[in-house]
Amino acid sequence: MNGLLHSQNLPWLVLFLPLLAAGLITLFTRRDRNLSAGLSIGAVVAGFIFTVVFLATSGWTPKTTESTFVWLSIGDLQIDFGLRFDPLSILMMLMVTGVASLIHIYSWGYMRDDAGFSRFFACLSLFTFSMLGIVLSTNFVQLFIFWELVGVSSYLLIGFWFERTAAADAGKKAFITNRLGDFGFLLGILLVWKNLNSLHFGMLQRIVTENPQALGALTTAAGLLIFCGAMGKSAQFPLHVWLPDAMEGPTPVSALIHAATMVAAGVYMLCRVFFLLNLPASNALLVIACIGGFTALLSALIAVQQNDIKRILAYSTLSQLGYMVMGVGLGGPEQSMFHLTTHAFFKALLFLGAGSVILALHHEQDIWKMGALRKKMPVTFWTFLVGTLALAGFWPLSGFFSKDSILATALEHSHPMVKYGFFALGALVAILTAFYMFRLVFVVFLGAEKSDGPGHAHESAPVILWPLRVLAVFSIIGGFIGIEYIYHRQFTSPEEAHALTFAQQLIHPFTAAPIAALGGLIAAVLGLAVAYALYAKADKDPLPEKLGALSRGMRNRFYFDEIYQATVIRIHEFLATLADWFERWIIEGFCVGLVRGGTEITGKMLRQVQSGNLQVYAFLFALGVAFVLYLALK
Amino acid sequence: MKVGFEHYLILSALLFALGLTGVLVRRNLLVIYMSLELMLNAANLSLVAASHFSPGHSLDGQVFVFFIITVAAAEVAVGLALIVALYRRRQTAHVEDLTTMKL
Repeated sequence: MNGLLHSQNLPWLVLFLPLLAAGLITLFTRRDRNLSAGLSIGAVVAGFIFTVVFLATSGWTPKTTESTFVWLSIGDLQIDFGLRFDPLSILMMLMVTGVASLIHIYSWGYMRDDAGFSRFFACLSLFTFSMLGIVLSTNFVQLFIFWELVGVSSYLLIGFWFERTAAADAGKKAFITNRLGDFGFLLGILLVWKNLNSLHFGMLQRIVTENPQALGALTTAAGLLIFCGAMGKSAQFPLHVWLPDAMEGPTPVSALIHAATMVAAGVYMLCRVFFLLNLPASNALLVIACIGGFTALLSALIAVQQNDIKRILAYSTLSQLGYMVMGVGLGGPEQSMFHLTTHAFFKALLFLGAGSVILALHHEQDIWKMGALRKKMPVTFWTFLVGTLALAGFWPLSGFFSKDSILATALEHSHPMVKYGFFALGALVAILTAFYMFRLVFVVFLGAEKSDGPGHAHESAPVILWPLRVLAVFSIIGGFIGIEYIYHRQFTSPEEAHALTFAQQLIHPFTAAPIAALGGLIAAVLGLAVAYALYAKADKDPLPEKLGALSRGMRNRFYFDEIYQATVIRIHEFLATLADWFERWIIEGFCVGLVRGGTEITGKMLRQVQSGNLQVYAFLFALGVAFVLYLALK
Repeated sequence: MKVGFEHYLILSALLFALGLTGVLVRRNLLVIYMSLELMLNAANLSLVAASHFSPGHSLDGQVFVFFIITVAAAEVAVGLALIVALYRRRQTAHVEDLTTMKL
């Protein structure tokens, strides 16, 4: 192959095909629904195929690790636009295009009757493009641009049904909350640039490897500021509030945001710049681990008492993201990326399954109006069950392996408090995860019909079911097909060549870290057992009576929105009023007014001179001459 | 009494002042024009006197005056033509009626 299709150019195609599709749809094919959908799906599927071809020709560690051109050059600052090829970016590229392909195909079925069908696909393509841009970036500036593009496209998609106030508000909330985090991120980037004089990831890594003290006293600050970005995108406490509201978007969007794009971007970015975070002088990792752990626990608790099928999944995503961030904080980027990958499979599966249920019940999302859907929707049920088992961490499904590897990372930590504290936290979250997921399954698919809706439900169309089946397969096998090994090559040693066979990988957790593996399994079984006892035959939720105030707190998301409303937003509005007053009276009234009034008065005075009378002019002229003569002859 | 250079200059200044006063106080454009010519001739007078009283009796000043008279004649032709054209259009030659330049 040569020319345009030279394997090195394939990733460029992968990156820009979705943008091309988005542009074509917006400009030309909006009226033709099927052509628009075809373009969008074609672009992302072609991207997936090209990625596979690229992988087949170049392998996981290509000889040329970058393909760049200079994009901007100001003084000694040079910013490249380029693509970076290493195991991390290639695997992410594969995952993003793969999962996005399935979600695109699914959307064709799910959005069939929507008036904004073409617009939806244009936004979806833009979203995929932005995410691929983040994954392939070679430097901070490029990453930041695509980072913001993801923010914009998520705004477009969350607020897709903008005629509904809730959806429009959710879009704004997501965008603004993300901007808050991005502000810190930008400061972090500037700090790194000022101190290390480079924005290129490879260069930065070389600098801090040679001189770990390069950032001096600002090491921790830089790490935490960069983490701010991830806090927004990956919805970590205290910026987690936007993610559940993002459920106002169409279900495929939720799947895309929660699985392959957006929230994954934060964790991916942390792993990409992990070398800046784990410097010896930095305490950033511990803070990151604490925030991640807290988010995981908090949102798992909230998920227990939610009744909206999509919101349960949203809080579950938050909780799993907390897990990943905790993993990064504990010094295990490869384990976090592993969990990110498997999570992408089963969370996409769960969301698409939930979408299938919602569609069958004519947009009913309250789980207490479902029930007994197992017989009516067998494919959805079985795939959803696979997703649940994977998320809860049952061996040998993918979630078990990735969750176990994070727990094992916690146990490898040197500090005993950190070690057992985070392990206990992880196990507790695992129990809660299994509990709320099986609560969902029992209430939605088993038990009695809780309203008239389920009686009329029937299985969805094949275009919706096939993505579910494919994702289910990957949710099952994702744990032992060597994904962790690929990340291992990225973060530990590039040429360590003892790949395990499938069978070895299957039992690897039990031999390598038996405590973590057994702990995780026991936690999952415990959660399942409690959920079975409480919900297998329940007609309404028994927990509010048993837990009282705690349950109310969980149901109301621990009042975070209300707290923010009363504090942050109140303060913001006060400041805005103040600024408005200042603008109106001091700037507009005094400063501008003075200049304007002064000019006007002077103008009026000077106007009198211009009387139009010839003799007045002549007189002034004579006066002027006399004055000049006086000066000259004095 | 011997008439010297300073007498010429005083006469020239008086003429110039008369001319300027005429320009400033008279209302009729034609009279203003005549006053202007008066100012011009006041200048001419001082030039001729300067030429006469200069050490080598240089003729430069007198040559200069001929030029001024020639140019003034051309200027009068143009100026009078303008005044006539203005009068035909406005039916007046009084400066206080001609204030369209006013802002």
